[in-house]
Amino acid sequence: MVQDRIEREVLIAAPVERVWSVITEAEHIGSWFNDGETKVDLRPGGMMSLTWNDHGTHSILIEKVDPPHLFSWRWDPATSKDPREAASTLVEFMLTPEGDGTRLRVVETGFADLSVSEEDRATAVLHNVEGWAAELPELVEYVERLAG
Amino acid sequence: MADHAWGHGEIDGGGMDVNAEPDDVFAALADPTRQRLLEVLADRVEATATVLAAELPVSRQAVVKHLAILDRAGLVTGHRQGREVRYAVRPERLAATARWMARLAADWDSRLGAIKRIAEASEDAGGSGGRPAG
Repeated sequence: MVQDRIEREVLIAAPVERVWSVITEAEHIGSWFNDGETKVDLRPGGMMSLTWNDHGTHSILIEKVDPPHLFSWRWDPATSKDPREAASTLVEFMLTPEGDGTRLRVVETGFADLSVSEEDRATAVLHNVEGWAAELPELVEYVERLAG
Repeated sequence: MADHAWGHGEIDGGGMDVNAEPDDVFAALADPTRQRLLEVLADRVEATATVLAAELPVSRQAVVKHLAILDRAGLVTGHRQGREVRYAVRPERLAATARWMARLAADWDSRLGAIKRIAEASEDAGGSGGRPAG
């Protein structure tokens, strides 16, 4: 079923504080997310400004900063519109200690609220084209069933 | 406008209702009755509202309303045959939305993988002493 929600998680062999740094500090964010300039005003209501060399700069509005367990922000993943002025999705990072490591869960919700054209979605940035390996099997199965 | 890039060319855009907002797909699928309706319709390939109502715990009138919403979202199509309209599933838009979501999910997998590598690498480099010496 196509749900208005993406949930992914990963188990990391590092303590929650370390993972928290990686997802909240500009020097790290620029290594796993964007590839250009990174500015972070780490507080609820603060902004992150992330630049992709190919796609330009995205404004991201920080909602919750609850170290080292919860970090959430809003953006428009399909365009670079400012989430303070346009519809956005909510991205939540949840960090849970597990053994000596950390389970990091990310949930993105609110796609139904995005008012983007199909062209916008087509050119939606930040895509790794080879990412097909991770397609959601239950969803694809459902679609294939409907396609008969 | 007959074909658009949203489906990345993998999906035949011919005949797709270009006026249907993709957002409608989520709204249309948010309702469990409509989900069930789509499944029943997919199994039957083609059916009238009367036939569908017989298989669902809702009235024919309700089925007609749900079909109208699914139609607007580009998820079903109907054609008149005699006095009744026969409906069929249109998988293109659903498939395109599913692929879009799958791609966004794949993006997150890729980012989480990068976060993991960075966190674990800095943990090694940090010399925390928590690991036995090689």
